[in-house]
Amino acid sequence: MNREDFPILDSNIVYFDNGATTLKPKCVIDAMDRYYLEHTSNIHRGDYQFASITNSLYDNVRNIVADFVNADPKCCIFTSGTTMSINMVVFGYMRKFLKAGDEVLLNKAEHASNILPWMKLSEESGIIIKYVPLDSNYSLTLDNIKKCVTNKTKVISLAHISNVIGDVRDIESIGKYCLENNILFNVDGAQSVPHIPVDFKKCNIDFLSFSGHKMCGPTGVGVLIGKSNLLEEMEPLCYGGGMNSYFEDTSKYELKSVPTKFEAGTPPIAEVIGLGEAIKYLNRVGMDQIQKYEKNLKAYLIDKLSGITNLIIYNEESDSGILSFNIDGVFSQDASVYLNNYNICVRAGNHCAKMLKDEMNIKNTVRVSLYFYNNKEDIDKLVNVLKSSKNIFDIVL
Amino acid sequence: MDENLRREIILDNYKEPYNKGLIDDNSYIKVNTNSESCIDNLDFIMKIENDIIKDIRFDGEACAISTSASSIMIRSLIGKKVSDAYNILSNYKNMINEEEYDSSVLGELIVYNEIAKQPNRKNCALLPLVAVEKILKELINNDR
Repeated sequence: MNREDFPILDSNIVYFDNGATTLKPKCVIDAMDRYYLEHTSNIHRGDYQFASITNSLYDNVRNIVADFVNADPKCCIFTSGTTMSINMVVFGYMRKFLKAGDEVLLNKAEHASNILPWMKLSEESGIIIKYVPLDSNYSLTLDNIKKCVTNKTKVISLAHISNVIGDVRDIESIGKYCLENNILFNVDGAQSVPHIPVDFKKCNIDFLSFSGHKMCGPTGVGVLIGKSNLLEEMEPLCYGGGMNSYFEDTSKYELKSVPTKFEAGTPPIAEVIGLGEAIKYLNRVGMDQIQKYEKNLKAYLIDKLSGITNLIIYNEESDSGILSFNIDGVFSQDASVYLNNYNICVRAGNHCAKMLKDEMNIKNTVRVSLYFYNNKEDIDKLVNVLKSSKNIFDIVL
Repeated sequence: MDENLRREIILDNYKEPYNKGLIDDNSYIKVNTNSESCIDNLDFIMKIENDIIKDIRFDGEACAISTSASSIMIRSLIGKKVSDAYNILSNYKNMINEEEYDSSVLGELIVYNEIAKQPNRKNCALLPLVAVEKILKELINNDR
């Protein structure tokens, strides 16, 4: 649906790499263009008219973001993306409060951005990382989480939707469990916030991260949302202009309040404006509508693919629009090069979840990740091409 | 080059690669090429005696281009003097990068002479070269 909003779709591509980044609707590009063509200016420092237009647009995006995920605008920090957001949580908050021996629960389906910061912190401070085992269908359940919790468990950190298996984790129950057991709950929403309604408050999330470019917005901007009391105690990783109240030659300084103290330097202004426009656009399409549409499309995709005998599908039970598969006997990259020959864009590899191989016994897969502008014709094209993949090496080589 | 012949050579070397599978022998030097630009992940081991490449073997998961190029390159380097190997490698690199090269030293490696038409696959074809160069560099450092 809404294909006409995406100029790039005129080029006749079938775009199935939405887990990596999504296409941009014209309204988002136009909003950013207007900033560059009509009112370029820095924020918070100018008294001229352009600056006041930019200021009000920029500041309003915080309200738009907060409304979108049911959070407090003062607790929404603009970052460069999910990776930076999670690094801010780990090195700005966790480094300050976790001690040697404290346990953090992760799992092996997580993206590198929710593993490596913890590994680095563990190296520095002796916190212990434990990996919650996945279920037989590679999904993460609250039951398995509970089995790993001890009185040393201080943090549960997970992706709301994993980026290879696409299982939707029950963050409402997990959040409730965290609250009852005094465990911090860190959620990577990169693959969920663009696709399904997410409620920060209702799920008792302590920190939530997501990226603009995976939700019809521009690259270079993301969001970190935290509970107010936690953000008050969190240390900035970046110091400089815009985030301080004063500094003197006695080395005395004072930082501004949350969220400004976390946004040193000139932020990505055009990108923040673009993100705001993207969220307004998603609201017009309707998040419930998007979720329902993708679910139906995924069912159609699985139904069509299940008739192809040389295809191995790894996650047909998962609820999101992510599907991982391999063509039997074909390396995933060769498969994606083959599909590219028919203008079908997919992703091949380990998708930054490099430990998932321990659970799946397979290192690399082809990933199809859907969004609301995909349609049944896209899927029919994919299915037809995969059906004739017996000649794959005539095409690839 | 005839397209069918090219495809046949690449496919044969992909399906039944030469010297695939490592052996546990400490007279070999080992390197990994966990490619920074793609998902291929191959280990290479090499044995050199009296300036002659006695053996090269490889293993791991990689695409048709990387795997076949490894197979063909290994076959073309075994038995060569190190200086001759360098000559083959530098001409191979030039060919992949569309620079001037001497095709007479490349043997079957010539099947990749049009890989630049698919720029994202150049690194696949260069993967075994990176591995072999890495080992040779290590050897020179060890000699010093």
